[in-house]
Amino acid sequence: MTTLSARAVGSTRTAGSRRAARRRMTARVGLYAGLTVGAIFAGFPVLWMLSSSFKSNAHIFAYPPKLLDSSFSFAPYVAVFSDPVEIGYFVNSYVVALSVTAVTLVVALLTAYVFSRFEFPLKRIINVVIIGVQAVPPITLLIPYFGIMVTLGLYNTYLGLILTYVVFTLPYAVIMMTAYFDSLPREVDEAAKVDGASSQAILWRILVPISIPGMVSVGLYTFMISWNEYLFALTLTQTDNRRTVPVGIQLLMGQNNYLWNQVMAMSILGSIPVLVLFLIFQRYFIGGLAAGAVKS
Amino acid sequence: MTTSLSVRRHDQRQRASAPRHHHHALIQQLEPYLLISPTMLVIVGLMVVPIVIVIGYSLMDNVVTNPNPKFVGLANYTAILSEPGFWGAAVNTLFFTVGSVVVHMVIGMVFAMMLNSKSMARVPRAIFRAIYILPWIFTASVVAVLWRLLLDPSGVINYILISLGMVHEAVPWLATPSTALLAVTVINIWSGYPFFMISLLAGLQGVPSDLYEAARVDGAGFFRQFANVTLPALKPILYSMALLDLLWTTQQFTLIWATTGGGPLGMTEMLSTFTYKLAFNAYQFSMAATSAVLVLGASLIVAVFYVRNQRREA
Repeated sequence: MTTLSARAVGSTRTAGSRRAARRRMTARVGLYAGLTVGAIFAGFPVLWMLSSSFKSNAHIFAYPPKLLDSSFSFAPYVAVFSDPVEIGYFVNSYVVALSVTAVTLVVALLTAYVFSRFEFPLKRIINVVIIGVQAVPPITLLIPYFGIMVTLGLYNTYLGLILTYVVFTLPYAVIMMTAYFDSLPREVDEAAKVDGASSQAILWRILVPISIPGMVSVGLYTFMISWNEYLFALTLTQTDNRRTVPVGIQLLMGQNNYLWNQVMAMSILGSIPVLVLFLIFQRYFIGGLAAGAVKS
Repeated sequence: MTTSLSVRRHDQRQRASAPRHHHHALIQQLEPYLLISPTMLVIVGLMVVPIVIVIGYSLMDNVVTNPNPKFVGLANYTAILSEPGFWGAAVNTLFFTVGSVVVHMVIGMVFAMMLNSKSMARVPRAIFRAIYILPWIFTASVVAVLWRLLLDPSGVINYILISLGMVHEAVPWLATPSTALLAVTVINIWSGYPFFMISLLAGLQGVPSDLYEAARVDGAGFFRQFANVTLPALKPILYSMALLDLLWTTQQFTLIWATTGGGPLGMTEMLSTFTYKLAFNAYQFSMAATSAVLVLGASLIVAVFYVRNQRREA
């Protein structure tokens, strides 16, 4: 009798835990099914771009479409690399994006230092202006910029593009670096100040070396914005020797015969700098992005 | 507050110990202005002045092409506001923006919650996260050519849809008036959701797990936990991200320009492409400036909400 009831209890317990296990299993299967659908939505277009960049142009729309086509070769990439005009787009993009990053970082450091460590009458108003200008639509600035750049002789020059991009990257850089400096203990620079260090020495010898993570995050963001920009690059440059990659890709599309495979190869090559930076500095990227979105 | 106090105290100490350094003190007072001058130069010279210029343009009869433009007051504004093309572009922008922001939020939330699920091991989590972030790597110019390839009548999406029996014949999605706006919105959704997902994932990881514990003890199921714990915790992030996305999406130019150029039949014309065409295709710089000022006004309204929200949280 006792053994029987014990066995009965035991069996209901295993049935109960089996049901729980089954429920957990269903949840897991559901989760992975959801994850897979999401991964197809997110990843398939990218996979297709990669696949198309290795096809011959005649096989781009081959029926039925295949991920690994019989025409697989590196020819589209060779074509991009052997065209001096297309290489030129990359050179221009690097020149502009690296210059913008350097200028933005130096100028933002000076300003962020002031916002974080000094008090002065106009501080609040200037701060609001810097936050506010981020909302100004590019298209609104484009119309006067065209005239301004032509008047200043900066139309179709690197300097014109660099100055333009600094306008877009600087406000965010200032806000982020200010937040970063604010998070550093003031005792460090107060002590140096008492020891007679000039404010420039405090900034460059004390604050900057311990702010590298913040600077990396701001630098990455700045590089990405400049590398990716299209509207102003389209409007403020005229000749191939000043055009950047995003414009170059569209020019390749605009020709009579779409060189789909070359366009895809160039798109992949044009995305590699951001991808590599992202992979190396993922932590900074995500941290900075999230912090920027929530706190800026 | 602590900063201002300690800085002031420090100034006093210095002034007391070195009274003959009046000159020095003056330089010190000017120093902050000196250090922010490059930023101010950029913002005044390349932001404030251009805005003044564009407002000036909008009050003249045709500038740039006309050597002696005349002041016409608000005539350009009444002209553009009675132009059906402007309102068409405004309606398209509204659909495109609201559709993008809402779906960004939903997909970003769903993906973030799946990635944050407790029952997933570290490696698959990292792999799925990397795949989900992928669209964010690509700039609008690349996204545009990629989706032109995918959505081509003989492209792979039409092939899949026909194979599944969902359409009978290939549809040129971007060239068909009834589907083009939906198509560009889908493209924008694809390229923009990772930004939401990343921020929401960071937000989810910051929700204390004992809140869920407590909710579970109270007998709350998945949906009640979501409504009572997750959503309230993420509300500030969702709110500020939605406002940022609203700003960015209304300003989207490249994606439209490089996929449909505003066509077919103006079905995907946005305020940004409408304004651009007025200036650089029709050379009506005053009308373009007027449209650009109206776009600026709309953006500033959103920005006021954003700044007020940030202030409240700070």
